[in-house]
Amino acid sequence: MNGIHDMGGMHGMGPVQVEKNEPVFHERWEARTYGLTRAIGAWRKWNIDTGRFGIEQIAPADYLRMSYYEKWFVRLVELLVKTGLVLRSEIETGKPDPGATKMKPPLTSDRVSAVALNRGIAPSFDPNIAPRFKTGQNVRAKNINPTGHTRLPRYVRGKVGRIHVDHGVYNFPDTNAQGLGEKRQHVYSVRFAAPELWGDQASPHDFVYLDMWDDA
Amino acid sequence: MDDQQPDHQHQTVPSDMTLRVKALESLLVEKGLVDPAALDALVDTYEHKVGPRNGAKVVARAWIDGAYKNRLLADAAKAIAELGFLSTQGEHMVVVENTPQVHNMVVCTLCSCYPWPVLGLPPVWYKSAPYRSRAVIDPRGVLKEFGLDVSPDVVVRVWDSTAELRYLVLPERPEGTESLTEEALAALVTRDAMVGVAHVKAAQTGGKP
Repeated sequence: MNGIHDMGGMHGMGPVQVEKNEPVFHERWEARTYGLTRAIGAWRKWNIDTGRFGIEQIAPADYLRMSYYEKWFVRLVELLVKTGLVLRSEIETGKPDPGATKMKPPLTSDRVSAVALNRGIAPSFDPNIAPRFKTGQNVRAKNINPTGHTRLPRYVRGKVGRIHVDHGVYNFPDTNAQGLGEKRQHVYSVRFAAPELWGDQASPHDFVYLDMWDDA
Repeated sequence: MDDQQPDHQHQTVPSDMTLRVKALESLLVEKGLVDPAALDALVDTYEHKVGPRNGAKVVARAWIDGAYKNRLLADAAKAIAELGFLSTQGEHMVVVENTPQVHNMVVCTLCSCYPWPVLGLPPVWYKSAPYRSRAVIDPRGVLKEFGLDVSPDVVVRVWDSTAELRYLVLPERPEGTESLTEEALAALVTRDAMVGVAHVKAAQTGGKP
């Protein structure tokens, strides 16, 4: 979707503000929101692409105003309700529905060290899926404007780049985010010269590399 | 601030978020959807066990061991796993090398993708609109704000993390560090250098993000 999250190349956002000796979490609720999101992830009710799409669906004005973990919190609540893990009425009352049976969490503390760093991305080697493009080949990014999830930023659509490397096979986020299948296919690092993206005023010594799928 | 106003759902005052997150956590615990001890362990992992010190060890090893550096540039996930920082299938990593001719920097314009196992969770600036919007269109301007003046004839490569590959910059080893041990070298390597918005300095005393 052409959302506010797709920020590459925008102007007016101001200077980068760096905090010295920044803590990992600024508030306890941020840490708990992070932990809750990861722990609920173990139910496998949604995948990484659904999660990203969840953040993108926050209204643009809210997206810009909210802090990072506020967005995580809003997404968590929406996905809990959407997947039926929690009822909207339970969110409102803060109490389990009287008819609900108590569940058993799939992620226990003894398993955290094993899963904490594993994003669960499947191996990318798959000789059964052929690549459509070859290293060194020039390619033009599709000019698409889907209302759903995509990882093809606006700033690169319709532009010509060169395949730098073939990374192997990955799920296709555009379908995977909406439960329409993993549609595994090759992902490539594609190099774009800055003048192709931004015009002649850009430095010919600048390049942007994006990871792109066979289908988008 | 104890007065919760349901019609102000996006109120940003911290106490409001504290209450809302607390309420959600106790609901999820009561429903048996999450184990509070698992939450503690997850938070502890990222607050105390995983962070840029991991990446710094990878960089220092690559600086002193040419064969390791070659393995790192050829198959980063495997080479990083040699140091015990991630399960072999858990990550899909790419390490890009800075040289006198090439400067690399990493961004995620669409969200906040970042190599957690080697750098921990990203700082706020990395996830912020200014960095995400400008890194691809004005990389040299952004680098200048970080205090890095990249010569016009040096190639700048910006890596926009749009897929499941995660990028780590292998910074240049500073001059005058020939006699340092691997540990002393690792102490010089900063988070910002591994994102590609800083150089590693020999004089730095280390321990900084």
